[in-house]
This record gives sequence, C-alpha cells and structure tokens, in this order.
Amino acid sequence: MSAVAVRDLWKYYGDYPALREITFSAEQGTCLAVLGRNGAGKTTLLRILCGLSRAARGEIRILGRSARHPETRARVGILGHGIGIYDELSAMENLRLFARLYGLADIENSARHWLERTGLAHVRDGLVREFSRGMRQRLAVARAFLHAPEVLLLDEPFTALDDRAIAMLQDLLREALDRGATVLMSTHQLREALELATHVALISRGRLVHTGERTAEMLADPGWLYRHYGEA
Amino acid sequence: MRFLRQAGTIAVKDLKAELRTKEAINASLSFALVILLLFSFAFDPTAEQTREISGGLLWLVFAFAGALILNRSFSREQANDCLDILVASPVSGAALFIGKAVANAILILAVEVVCLPVFGVFYNITWTKRPWWLLLVLVLATWGLTVIGTMFSALTVNLRLRELMLPVLVYPMMIPSLMAAMQLTTLLIAGEPVTGEDIVWLRLLIGFDIIFTALGIGLVETVLVN
Repeated sequence: MSAVAVRDLWKYYGDYPALREITFSAEQGTCLAVLGRNGAGKTTLLRILCGLSRAARGEIRILGRSARHPETRARVGILGHGIGIYDELSAMENLRLFARLYGLADIENSARHWLERTGLAHVRDGLVREFSRGMRQRLAVARAFLHAPEVLLLDEPFTALDDRAIAMLQDLLREALDRGATVLMSTHQLREALELATHVALISRGRLVHTGERTAEMLADPGWLYRHYGEA
Repeated sequence: MRFLRQAGTIAVKDLKAELRTKEAINASLSFALVILLLFSFAFDPTAEQTREISGGLLWLVFAFAGALILNRSFSREQANDCLDILVASPVSGAALFIGKAVANAILILAVEVVCLPVFGVFYNITWTKRPWWLLLVLVLATWGLTVIGTMFSALTVNLRLRELMLPVLVYPMMIPSLMAAMQLTTLLIAGEPVTGEDIVWLRLLIGFDIIFTALGIGLVETVLVN
C-alpha cells in the first residue's frame, strides 16, 4: 500500500482547471519533491492532500484512508506558507496546545523535546509575537514534527529559513525518512529539495508532466528537469 | 470524551489569547457601556418607561456588542494561517465549533454581567428582583447569539467586508431568540414571575438553542473545508 496515492485528481477555480488528471503515488519512506513554476498547482495539490480543499474529481488515499479521516489527520504533519502558530501564546503553550489536539500522551516532555531540538528551549516562555522570523519558522517546524507524523506535507518549507535552520530541517527530514515516514514537499528551492528527494514530480499548468526517481543529473544540475520536461 | 477534551482545549486557547490581547472584550465592553450611557442621556426615561424598554434596550446592546466579539472568533485564526492547521489537525469541525462558541459565550456573558449593574445605576432601576431567572435567560439567549454568530464568523472569515457581513447575516436569524429574550428580560426586571403564556418564550429560547447548535455542528465541516 502506498503511503500517499492520488488518482485522476481534478480541481477547478471557477472554470479554470488548476489541477488536471493528476495521478501519482509515494511509497512509505520516500521523499517526493513536487516541483513547478509559480501557479503550476503545487499549493493546490498540497491543500487537497492536507484535507483543506476539496477536489472536483479523483481519489486521494493517505495511509489507506481519505485525507479528511480523523485517523489520517492524526498521522500527518503539515508545514505550509503560514507558520500555524499563535502569536499571543508562548512557544511552550503553542506546542502544548497542539500536543493536546493531537492527543499525545506525554504533553510536557514532547513539547520540551521539540523546543530543544529546534533550539528554542531558552525562549520557551517567550511570546511568539516577540520572536524573530527565523525563530517562528523553527517553532513551526517543531509543531509539524511534534506528533511524530508518518506523512509530512510541506509547502515551501525552506522559505524564510536561514542557513542554520535549513540544515536543521534537512536533518529532521532525514531522520523522519529513516524511521519510515513519507515526505511530500513542494518547493522552488531545487537544490535543498533535490538533496533530500528520492523521487520528483513536475507539475506544469496543472498537469503532472513528469514523475520518477530523482537522478544524478538532477542533483548535479537542478535546472535539468525543467529543461527536459517543463517549460524552458 | 475526546470531543469534550478537544472543544475544551480550543475554548481555553481562545480565552487565553483574548485575555492577553483584550482586543475584542475591550471593544465590546466600551461599546456596550457607551450605548447604555448615551441612551440614558438621550431619552432620560422615567422608572416606568425604563421597565418597559429594559429588555429591548439591553438585548440590542448585547447583540451589537456581542458582534464585536464574534467577529474576532475566526478572524483571529487567520494570522499565520492557524485555521488551516486546526482544520488539518485531528480536531473535528464540531469540536472546533463548540470550543469557539463556548469561549465566545463566556466573553459575551462577561460583558453582560458588567453591563447589568451599570444599567441599574444609569437608569436608576433594580434589576435583581429575579436574579436566577434572569441569569437563565441571559445564558440561553447568549448561547443562541453565540452559536449563530460563531457559525457565520466561520462562514465570513475570508470575506473582505466580514465586519459588516457578520451582523447583516446574524441579526435577521436572531429575531426569534432576541424577541424571546427581550420579552422575558422586561418581565423579569419588572419583578414579575415567568408563568403561563410567558413560558412559551422560554421554550422558544431552548428550542432555538438546540436547533442552531445542531445545525452548527452539522454544517461547520462543510464551511471550513472549501
């Protein structure tokens, strides 16, 4: 059973087909980089996979269930354009909140562990509104990894991260892959994505124009994929 | 049990966030007090007139002041796309809705509890003749206002004119509940018992709350997942 399976997916905004006939799957323990230019449909695809938007047609299975099934949602971690963190709460309060919502058994230790992993333990009681952009992003990473998700859906995860935070996120994603998690990430930052990806999917104007394993050519020359399968 | 825990977590989070910023509660309370003050100066009613208009005056103030709290309920989640994370989390739409409605109801009730003594002072009237009945009416009518307001707050969260749209959508729906609350409040402030035909207003409030709570729970998932 594929960890993520998408079959014949269509999505319209009005009359405009934002996604057309998208079919792909991602096996457990793999990292699929979803690539494409602005407006190609990457975020729309990720939103549908997250259960935030409904497809017009097609079927999605995440860990064998629909995206909106509560069991699925409990096993999926999300990092999107917005950080999904409350400015009025402290870092610890934010992680406690999400630990409760995800039904974690050891709320305090889980929250403390992820604050340490993301280098935010020293500001655990500081209000998020007083954090720098990089610290907020790191807290968002902690929130996404808090419940040890089996599937990670990441939309532009490297945006707004500094070099240190990018390295930290890459390490965390490698660890997640090692323990058998599946990662789907859409990004413009080809080099960072291709370093992690085992597979790539290229979307152009709502169509999936290429899907397959990440090859040595792609890693050596990140523009290679666009030249061969996408718009120049 | 899981439903109650999730709803409680959402309610506590909303109350904590509101008590830190005090954005909605300060605006709502100031608005309610200013309107009560202006009415007392504008009409300078006698004790008899005050008893006659008390229910209508109080519930119009509570409804308008409440809209300021309800407007913030889901718009608070827009910052940092928190609503997306909540909708994508294992929290059911119903738990999210009830949690938010409970937090809103507590905030609106707090405004009402502050306004009542001020109303008594400005209008020189004793409003404590039947306190428990009055409390029951406050709770029932506030819950009605809250469930409808929370539902429409979710529905209008992505609209540019949501501050305008929320009252426009909520008040027409609230008419039966507001009528019942006004009738009963006028009666109770006058110190009269709720008997006979007045019981129908109480039944209306209870029925209204049950129907709109059930509708909110049933529809919120559709509203939140676009």
